[in-house]
Amino acid sequence: MSGILVLEQLLNGIGYGLMLFLLAAGLTLVFGIMDVLNLAHGSLFMAGAYVAAEAHTRTGSFAAAIVVAVLVTVVVALLIEVLLMRRLYKRDHLAQVLATFGVILVADDIVKMIWGPSPIMAPTPAALSGPVELMDGLPYPSYRLVILAGGVLMALALYVLVNHTRIGMRVRAGASDRPMAELMGVRVGRIFNGVFLLGAALAALAGALMGPIVAVQVGMGEAILIPALVVLVIGGIGSVRGAFVAALLVGVVDTIGRAFVPMLLRATLPPATAADLGPLFAEVAMYALMVVVLIFRPSGLFSARA
Amino acid sequence: MKFSSRTFGLGLLLVALAAFPLVAPLFGLDFYIGFVRRVLIVALAAASLNFILGFGGMVALGHAGFIGMGAYTVVALSDAGVMSAWILWPLAALVAGVVAALIGTVALRTRGVYFIMTTLAFAQMLYFVVVSLRKYGGDDGYTLMSRPALLPGLDLGNESTFYWVVLVVVALALWWLHRATQARFGHALMGIRDNETRMRALGYPVFRLQLVAFAISGAIAGLAGALLAGGNGFVSPATMHWTQSATLVVMVVIGGLGRSWGGPVGAVVWLVLEEALKQHTEHWHMPLGLLLIAVALWAPRGLAALSTKRRTAAAAAAVTPQGAAGSAKP
Amino acid sequence: MRPTFLKSPALPRTLLSLLLCGAALGASVSAIAAPVKVGLALDISGPFAALGAEARDGFALGIKQLNGKLGGQDVEFVQADMAGSPDQAKQLVDRMIQRDKIDIFSGPIGSNVALAVGPTLFNAKVPYLSANAGPSQFAGAQCSPYFFGTAYQNDQFHEAAGKFAQDRAFKKIVLIAPNYPAGKDALGGFKRQFKGQVADELYTKLGQIDYAAELAQLRAAKPDSIYFFLPGAMGINFIKQFVGAGLSKDITLVTSGFSADEDVIGAVGEPMLGLFNTSHWAHDLDNAANKAFVAAFRKEYNGRYPSVYAAQAYDAILAMDAAVKQAGGNAQNREAVVAALKKASYASTRGTFKYANNHFPIENFYLRVIGKDAQGKVTNKLINTVLTNYGDSYAAKCNMK
Repeated sequence: MSGILVLEQLLNGIGYGLMLFLLAAGLTLVFGIMDVLNLAHGSLFMAGAYVAAEAHTRTGSFAAAIVVAVLVTVVVALLIEVLLMRRLYKRDHLAQVLATFGVILVADDIVKMIWGPSPIMAPTPAALSGPVELMDGLPYPSYRLVILAGGVLMALALYVLVNHTRIGMRVRAGASDRPMAELMGVRVGRIFNGVFLLGAALAALAGALMGPIVAVQVGMGEAILIPALVVLVIGGIGSVRGAFVAALLVGVVDTIGRAFVPMLLRATLPPATAADLGPLFAEVAMYALMVVVLIFRPSGLFSARA
Repeated sequence: MKFSSRTFGLGLLLVALAAFPLVAPLFGLDFYIGFVRRVLIVALAAASLNFILGFGGMVALGHAGFIGMGAYTVVALSDAGVMSAWILWPLAALVAGVVAALIGTVALRTRGVYFIMTTLAFAQMLYFVVVSLRKYGGDDGYTLMSRPALLPGLDLGNESTFYWVVLVVVALALWWLHRATQARFGHALMGIRDNETRMRALGYPVFRLQLVAFAISGAIAGLAGALLAGGNGFVSPATMHWTQSATLVVMVVIGGLGRSWGGPVGAVVWLVLEEALKQHTEHWHMPLGLLLIAVALWAPRGLAALSTKRRTAAAAAAVTPQGAAGSAKP
Repeated sequence: MRPTFLKSPALPRTLLSLLLCGAALGASVSAIAAPVKVGLALDISGPFAALGAEARDGFALGIKQLNGKLGGQDVEFVQADMAGSPDQAKQLVDRMIQRDKIDIFSGPIGSNVALAVGPTLFNAKVPYLSANAGPSQFAGAQCSPYFFGTAYQNDQFHEAAGKFAQDRAFKKIVLIAPNYPAGKDALGGFKRQFKGQVADELYTKLGQIDYAAELAQLRAAKPDSIYFFLPGAMGINFIKQFVGAGLSKDITLVTSGFSADEDVIGAVGEPMLGLFNTSHWAHDLDNAANKAFVAAFRKEYNGRYPSVYAAQAYDAILAMDAAVKQAGGNAQNREAVVAALKKASYASTRGTFKYANNHFPIENFYLRVIGKDAQGKVTNKLINTVLTNYGDSYAAKCNMK
């Protein structure tokens, strides 16, 4: 096991983690401030991926595709917010689970009606299909570097927004103690709308970026939703910092399970068995991590709620 | 036992269900014997979920995991050569119940969204363990070569015979569950759902009661899984996917949380709608999704509650799952 | 409220008319011969969606050319999507057998689905013509008279590739396939013919799109060649990422025809030039049936070349047609249909066609390379025959004659 290999796998894990962060950040703020469990967040991710793929194929410009995808998804999110989410704020989690599960079903069918049931190809931008020589002996796919860069940039931007601006201060106040914040004059409801749309934009960005490297198909939202929820719980509800740390943790654990564990197992077990057990480790590790964190820190690592 | 109109109605339903396999072939509906059988089994699973969700207030998003445990117990035993239903089915329930108890010891220490996520997490772990078991087919599933043996002379390979066996088992299990909810145990459970602190103050062993309920619920789900395996002849991890757990929760909520027949009613409504919609369009997810949104917004206590005129304050405040906003236990 | 209808004189009249209607209905139903019912379970969504779409086009062309009839009989085709999921496919097949009462079955791309639905079909005595999957289980111990591996037996493709790799004398090779029955058949078959050093065997998840982890391992293993079996979208993404990671400089890619066919070429294009692959069929195969098929396919589908999946599906329809005709038009006589299917007397796109005892074909395997056709379009070109009249390695384990 060489250093190059470890480095390459780590980069992959961090890239995946950063994408999870984009999803979890929006989810955790929405849940933290408004106490709304939005299962349809994955569908926004799916919308971003589909629209970006379509826009890229039509215009040939990846940058334009991302912008279009984010804009369209934010509009869709606005519709969902006005028509449905507003009525769910006062309701219990069960009603929210039910309604947002319903949205998932509707979204899946709408996508199927527009793009058909088969998966579609999200092309990698031609300029980014070659490798970049990061260091001697490590040509790393340039597209993945873009994902890494984009993820890090977004994380920084969110950090600055949440920790160093007035709006961010109000968001944090609303997440930590809503009644008190309202008493102090913070328009928490208005802030929430903004946070919901921001979350949708982040999810769409993640979808647009991940489209070329995952299968753009109906049901992709549900597939990424669970890891995002796990990240949310591990990180702590309402904490963007927690989401960041948890997402990186989950990304690295996932890569260890998919890459390193099978390598170790192949030394002793037949290859097919090693291939069976590797993903098992990756998945179980993520959930076990969550359970262990909850045992020691029942509200997650950095819960905003005091 | 009071001979009320309700009991009469149930009796009539039982007779109708029993007569179905005899009547169906006359209309060319033989295929639907298998369908009704599947509905019965899912109704049982939904009832077991209603036991902890509706009556117990525990929002568990991992119930499909227990169904899968029951199904895969049947797979493992059949693979080892066991053919008798007398062993397969009770053991399936036992294994599922034990797994539920183990999971419960960890999960029941959490509340609210953490409980939801913990039950989901454990169900996912079970799912991935099963996927990794190449011996039992993994993702590709396992084919059971024949139906189990119940009594000499009784050929469970015959669709009608198996249907009646399933009907008997499901009816007995549902009746037993119903009695449990009427008994002191059930009432204690509802008390915990309504106000846990008060029950604790009154000296009830809350954790133990919830754990027992969780285990019972898991065991019955395991039995449903065993019946499903026997009926389909094919078991795959797909039955344990989290969306199946979510669908079960949906069924219970539609049918009516905490109502005696909430689980079965929800299962019937959902499955019949799904089958009917599938005949007409391949985009059948959308109407079902819209139904869910409608139910969540306007009939959150389920379709059964829509017809109830009188709702006491307790009933209205009840069925709020533990952990309302901001009150998550530290 | 007393029911008065029971006592009215209207009752006997009503009953009599109902009885007459029923008799008339019964008589009329039996007078019309039941159409042949063919069940097609397709991969429209799921991991093999692109290949399923090819198969659907092949089926459609065959059906169109026969005017929706098989052996001169009217046919009802029951087509549905099972998303490549063994679970959904099983439910679909149960419905097709019990409610739609199908007489013949075809469609699935994946071997995992074939294995899941096979036993039910065999028990119901419904012949299953496989338009793609050829799992080793059905070629050996679990063979059934109702299964016809009309396309190929999985291992064959890879045995041919293994022979090619052996002839090329690669020093160090890494194998990649998805972790499902056909993947195992693939690498097992390859190793049967390739005797060089296998540095590593990587099994990926079925439907996996992201190969970053595997590519990193490949880079570390430093082989001179990679043999991969990644049908459909899996292969498309693998090839793209392989090139994108800069690995194509030093490593030669060898594959079976599955990852080098028209669907992959359409998505990857020029980076694939020079890729060697083996297959039992090529669109420039020189026989009358194939030439006619390719011409008709290109006319029907906007000039695109058919892939092996379309050719196999088309062959399956032709085989059904010949069998029903030979069974005297009565598809319910399953023994006659099976006997007719076994004779395989139809003009296959692969030329002369013969089954071994286990209902899998004995056929040629060819070497193809990705190049450009006369119009400059990137496509496969036939080079030579690697294996002639090649059977499969499991026929001896099957106890059918």
